[in-house]
Amino acid sequence: MFQVIGKSVISLEVNEEKRDVTIEPSDTLLHTLREQLGLTGAKPGCENGDCGACTVLVDGWPIKSCLMLTAEAVGHRITTVEGLKNAPIQAAFVENWGFQCGYCTSGFLMVCHALSQIHPDAEEIVMEEWLQANICRCTSYEEIRNAVNVILHCSDSP
Amino acid sequence: MNSVGTNIQRQEAWDKVTGRAKYTDDDQITGTLHAKILTSPHAHAEIRSVDIRAASKVPGVKAILTGKDCAILCGDVIEDRPPLAAGKVRYFGEPVALVVAVSEREAMEAANRIAVKYKPLPVVASPSEAILGDAPLVHENLKKYKKAVQDVYPEPDTNIADRIKIRKGDMAKGWQESDVTVEASFQLPKSDHIAMETRAARAEIHPDGQVIITASSQAPFSVKKLLSKSFQLEEGKVTVKTPLVGGGFGGKVPVILEALAYLASKAVDGQAVRIANTREEDMVSAPGRLGLEAKIKLGATKDGYLKAAEMTYLVDTGAYTDIGPRLAKAIAVDCTGPYRIENVWCDAVCVYTNHPYATSFRGFGHTSYTFCVERALDQLAAALGTDPLELRMKNAIIPGDTTPTQVKVTSSSTGNLTACFERLGALIGWKEGARIDLGNGIVRAKGVSGFWKTSNSPTDAISGVLLTFNSDGSINLNSGVVECGPGMKTTLAQILAEKMKMDVSRIHVKLEVDTQVCPEHWKTVASLTTFMAGRAPLKAAEDLIEQVKSIAAVALKCPTEDLEVAEEKVFLKQDPTTYLEFKDLVHGYQYPGGESVGGQIMGRGSHIMSQLTTLDHETGRGKSGPAWAVGAQAVEVEFDTKDFSYRLVRAATVMDAGKVLNPKTSRGLITGGMSMGLGLGSREAFVYDGSGRVENTSLRTYKVLHIGEEPQYLVDFMETPQVDAPYGARGIAEDGIIGIPAALANALSTAARTELNQLPVTPESIWNAKTGGKL
Repeated sequence: MFQVIGKSVISLEVNEEKRDVTIEPSDTLLHTLREQLGLTGAKPGCENGDCGACTVLVDGWPIKSCLMLTAEAVGHRITTVEGLKNAPIQAAFVENWGFQCGYCTSGFLMVCHALSQIHPDAEEIVMEEWLQANICRCTSYEEIRNAVNVILHCSDSP
Repeated sequence: MNSVGTNIQRQEAWDKVTGRAKYTDDDQITGTLHAKILTSPHAHAEIRSVDIRAASKVPGVKAILTGKDCAILCGDVIEDRPPLAAGKVRYFGEPVALVVAVSEREAMEAANRIAVKYKPLPVVASPSEAILGDAPLVHENLKKYKKAVQDVYPEPDTNIADRIKIRKGDMAKGWQESDVTVEASFQLPKSDHIAMETRAARAEIHPDGQVIITASSQAPFSVKKLLSKSFQLEEGKVTVKTPLVGGGFGGKVPVILEALAYLASKAVDGQAVRIANTREEDMVSAPGRLGLEAKIKLGATKDGYLKAAEMTYLVDTGAYTDIGPRLAKAIAVDCTGPYRIENVWCDAVCVYTNHPYATSFRGFGHTSYTFCVERALDQLAAALGTDPLELRMKNAIIPGDTTPTQVKVTSSSTGNLTACFERLGALIGWKEGARIDLGNGIVRAKGVSGFWKTSNSPTDAISGVLLTFNSDGSINLNSGVVECGPGMKTTLAQILAEKMKMDVSRIHVKLEVDTQVCPEHWKTVASLTTFMAGRAPLKAAEDLIEQVKSIAAVALKCPTEDLEVAEEKVFLKQDPTTYLEFKDLVHGYQYPGGESVGGQIMGRGSHIMSQLTTLDHETGRGKSGPAWAVGAQAVEVEFDTKDFSYRLVRAATVMDAGKVLNPKTSRGLITGGMSMGLGLGSREAFVYDGSGRVENTSLRTYKVLHIGEEPQYLVDFMETPQVDAPYGARGIAEDGIIGIPAALANALSTAARTELNQLPVTPESIWNAKTGGKL
């Protein structure tokens, strides 16, 4: 069993790189990513798991990084928005006007990207269930819906 | 080469999909201290004592401030709000103390150890209670407060901060001409902006007295002026920087955390201090959306022509005024909605309560009064036995009519509302019937609403643009407009590209605002940016073109009037093959022998609002904004008559945009506003306990619309140009929200066959309205 007692140095795998960070046991993954690694794409929208702006992928699954302790992320593969390398969902968001202020965008991108990897043929109801984890306050969701539909159901999606 | 009218992608689009876009609190600067507020647990209480001894001993604590350490009052209209409560607290969530520490964790721990003793006071829980003669006073010293503007009229020894009166026409005549009258009362709760980025600020004070503020703000120039005024700082020594803003909706206009960050930095010898709200603080400690109570009486002839309107609006500004008196003014100015009514009596009263205070919110009061007027119109249509859409079209404002403040409207100033209603009817299929029984207790129902909106800026609000050329002939555009989502800076680039007849990709926009180098833009609010800031690049472009031509005239040995500019070239009108490229001119022109003339060409454009007046205090006569945006909206629901639940099916907006500058962006702004309107209509409201404490302070208990709950959106635009606006374009960024709660409540009232005059409309509120709450 992995234990963190007091201030400790641990290793994380973030965006396919090994990164050493100093943490307190109570540090959330969100704070470690933002404050120690400068990966500020994940946002502290509520720090209560309600808004999804802090979503990252852990072993390919969307996780709200405000609800995960950094210590829990050891040994897992973490992907942040900065680690998306020309994922189709990024262009789909740009081309479909999928954002205005952009603050929720990283979180939505991570959920949509994971959905396209895990359920590339997701039905509408599944897509809605996944995306209901996140809040966008600027758009009407119409644009986000259009963007995610571009990357779902296409057989050549990576 | 057209930019206007095309789908130009926002300048910062790729930054926003790669995590590279930086917002205020994304700059993680080592050595920055952290500040945290302690907030009031009471809605109204006397502060008996504040003991900071235990808190001071928490490791890492650098300073603790309380109300006694900053005995000033702030306010944009009435100076009534201390940055930290002193003597008493007036709302749940009011900042009481501020801790500065090495880490946020230590600051929070210390804040929790500050011991405040309170003596609870009776709570003023609604605006109608607040105006009763024996109501407790929220501000005992109202008469001693300084006014920050001339045209505000607080009523001493009451809870009334301002009263705006509209007296138009002859009420006795209006009622005499009316065959049918309806009267109704309305209640709308306070709610919150819920911008996804919570408010944040950073401050540092240099040894020479320079104050550098970075803030998530829609009004960096207000921050500069208000800090300078409140803390007696030389204005030129205050610099405010605003990077991208993660949503504003009006909530990031007031100056709150900026003042606290300044005080915090001052307490630690000017070291850099950051402060960022938690979601809970952002919802109740910071100001939210106004509440409203209203009484409306409308009179019409039996043919359905409106003849008289009597309206009392009580604006719940909460514990402090902030911009509340201006919200009341905005409501008064447009109080009737976009309809021709010759006889109008309206009192819009700005009232203090012990609720969290209110500030600007998308629609600036218009969504609230529109709900009341449009609900009353449906009740009038029922009383007349006429079709609700027809009633609105019959009375829709047209050129030559006058507004409540007696401004005569023109086609340029108000567009074509009748055409909007006609198009809306076709779009939503109005003719198939407002209520259709689908069987099994399910009915499908539609409701409509009209809307209009003008702005309420100061009469001397300004906006400027500076342009510089790069040596490759491309242009840098520098304005004080904040990019908080609507894509305003991209719009400015489009306007400039159109005027310069060049490719918009060759316009480089400075996204961050820095008040030391950017020309002032009053505030990024009021859907005024296209109008105000949009006129500035037109002037600046003329300035550039004139300079380009005068250098080219020398080089090409011709008169300037023979020259034309397009596609980064200046050429002879009579022979376009004789030309010079911008790149060979704009950093000076060099003759073949090496001699040079000219220099870097820079353009400037500045706009000041014109023809606006303050309102006459007795009659309300005056001109508040340059023009109105107008439109018509509809909502269609599927309603279950068995359990009063409902589903949003379709929502439609037809708006006269003057000119659609960017179709996809425009649609997104309208549907975004509609989405927010459906949230207000169906769920969003602060819930209080019996002592005025807000109970739903998180996004788990305060629900906004999520994906899958939205209806199908239908949007269309009319294009009646606003002659004095850039390319005829009206402001549209707020307007999608305005009539939606009304249209939703009209649809549900039709569906449930009961009058739903409160928001939000939930299955429970419908049940209450239908049954009186009896099981």
